[in-house]
Amino acid sequence: MSATLPVSQTTPDTALPAARRDILPLLLVPALALAVLPFISLPTWVTLTVAGLAMGMMIFIMASGLTLVFGLMSVLNFGHGAFVSVGAFSATMVLLPMRGWLEADSLPANLGVLGLAVLVAMLVTAVLGWAFERVVIMPVYGQHLKQILVTMGGMIVSEQLINVIWGADQIALPLPASLRGAIFLGDAAIEKYRLLAVVVGLAVFAAMFLTLNRTRIGLLIRAGVENGEMVEALGYRVRRLFVGVFAAGSALAGLGGVMWGLYKETLVASMGSEIMVMVFIVVIIGGLGSIEGCFIGALLMALLHNYAGFLAPKLNLVSNIVLMIAILMWRPAGLYSKGKL
Amino acid sequence: MLTRLLSGDLPRSRLLSSVLVLILLGLLLAPFLFPGARPLNTAATICVYIVLVASYDLLLGYTGIVSFAHTMFYGIGAYGIGIALASVDEPAWSVMLIGLALALALTVVLAFVIGLFALRVRAIFYAMITLAVASSFAVLASQLSDFTGGEDGRTFSVPELLSPGFTLMDQEVFGRAVDGKLITYYIVFAGCALLFLFLLRLVNSPFGRVLQAIRENEFRAEAIGYRTMYYRIVANVLAAVVACLAGALMALWLRYVGPKTTLGFEVMTDILLIVVIGGMGTMYGAVIGATLFILAQNYLKTLMGQASELLAGIPMLASALHPDRWMLWLGVLFILSVYFFPIGIVGKLRLRRLRR
Repeated sequence: MSATLPVSQTTPDTALPAARRDILPLLLVPALALAVLPFISLPTWVTLTVAGLAMGMMIFIMASGLTLVFGLMSVLNFGHGAFVSVGAFSATMVLLPMRGWLEADSLPANLGVLGLAVLVAMLVTAVLGWAFERVVIMPVYGQHLKQILVTMGGMIVSEQLINVIWGADQIALPLPASLRGAIFLGDAAIEKYRLLAVVVGLAVFAAMFLTLNRTRIGLLIRAGVENGEMVEALGYRVRRLFVGVFAAGSALAGLGGVMWGLYKETLVASMGSEIMVMVFIVVIIGGLGSIEGCFIGALLMALLHNYAGFLAPKLNLVSNIVLMIAILMWRPAGLYSKGKL
Repeated sequence: MLTRLLSGDLPRSRLLSSVLVLILLGLLLAPFLFPGARPLNTAATICVYIVLVASYDLLLGYTGIVSFAHTMFYGIGAYGIGIALASVDEPAWSVMLIGLALALALTVVLAFVIGLFALRVRAIFYAMITLAVASSFAVLASQLSDFTGGEDGRTFSVPELLSPGFTLMDQEVFGRAVDGKLITYYIVFAGCALLFLFLLRLVNSPFGRVLQAIRENEFRAEAIGYRTMYYRIVANVLAAVVACLAGALMALWLRYVGPKTTLGFEVMTDILLIVVIGGMGTMYGAVIGATLFILAQNYLKTLMGQASELLAGIPMLASALHPDRWMLWLGVLFILSVYFFPIGIVGKLRLRRLRR
């Protein structure tokens, strides 16, 4: 925003100044990983790091939609966790009837079923997100207090509806046969599913980064985050854009829900609200509305969670809060804030 | 006299007044009107919830702060009493008071620090931070099992005067033995009544007016010359202290503390539902809301069970009416009330009086 257009462009040298790159937060993740290396033996460190990265990627996928929605329309959806649960539960509509394919020991068959389940889950959550935006959030634009209350209510209702539709019992969700177990890298055991989670997470981040930075729609979204009124004045319908982003964010939450459900291997209706706490911390750490911040925040939190769980299990419980406080002391509005606090 | 007692904030609606009087009499005479352990338990829960919800209303309805850490303070109060009494062999009043004092000190410090740290920023940020802190606290309480008893919680015995086996006098009063349970009930009742009157006094004081000004327009309140930050922190601490005391009374009544009943997220959503359905920004809303909610929680479920059995043939509807799904209907009611009558039951009743 500090970049001002030069009034007259006499020489090409005084064209738009490049946006300032802020790389300090980027260094935090490797710094954290390297800082704990002396305390842990190398194989364990590799295992823990991969586990942390996998967890971080899943949380990032769930949190990214939330932070974008906030950035674009300053709507904070406390019911975001509901999409996580709904996504995971709707995946069971595919995964449970096709159990035979999951048990088959062939990677393509397993991944095919998994892909189908993810597709269904994302479709269901996208539609649900669209409906949620229309029915629940639209009437309370610009009223933060009511937004918090109403989305909270939406969360309660969806959680109960999950119980009505899929029953109140836990659902076991075993991993596909070819994704069970671990591969060994020297002495370090790396669970296969975690590797897959890292790959999917990186793919989602890359896709999102490219969409936001290289496409027209991404340009509009970024401009909308920066200054929505201005974009509207230029003749774009920010409202419509917002509904699209909301649905896409919900679909991502659904994807995250499926991945998290497979990671935990059991589903309960309250899984969404449980994970929301971590998602919120990540969104706060990253700076509301920032995708990059959200990514770094998720990785930082998950890595610290895993390292702390190994080094000092008692400390593990408060590691999230300690991290949040430390980051907020350094940058009170989060790692990358859009100056909107 | 009555006006003094209620700090000049009368119900201002004939129907509302009569319902309030009915609730007051019901709670006052509960041990004599409704024999049995369950109704008395319900009455005590209603008393505590009225105070808990009213103190939350001080934040949400009067100051416009959304906090999800209210159950944390409620839990601190309960655990303060519980851990203190469970750690000694001979329960004594002094031990109990020390536990309460420590809980209060922790509450004040925590509420102050969280307020100082997070109230500077917007409402949404505060809601998120309190949610994160409160849930970490709940996890901490259930993990430190040596200290708190973990998921199972702790049962403990109370000083002799309050224990169920104690009888004050031999003859019965109005067909009811004067035992420790009865005395405990009246301690809970009196404590809650005092706390409620204190809150009523607080919101109708000049201090309370400033809080409402902050809720309506923070910039303007600041421009007039009030240090809004100071007022919000004080409101935060006061609400936390009252919640802590309510938790202590609840622990005294149940003779048990556990993470589920005090720190759980369900308790927080219950409080939110009650405040909104009863009416934000009116202390009487807490009374009506809490009474309706706890009664529904205890007795509506039976009704829903019967309805569910009647509809057993229809698959979806039957499970939607299952007693465990009662939160579904309350959640819908909650959303509808945020949209269509954010002033809640009490606000509606008062409005009707004004229109007439």
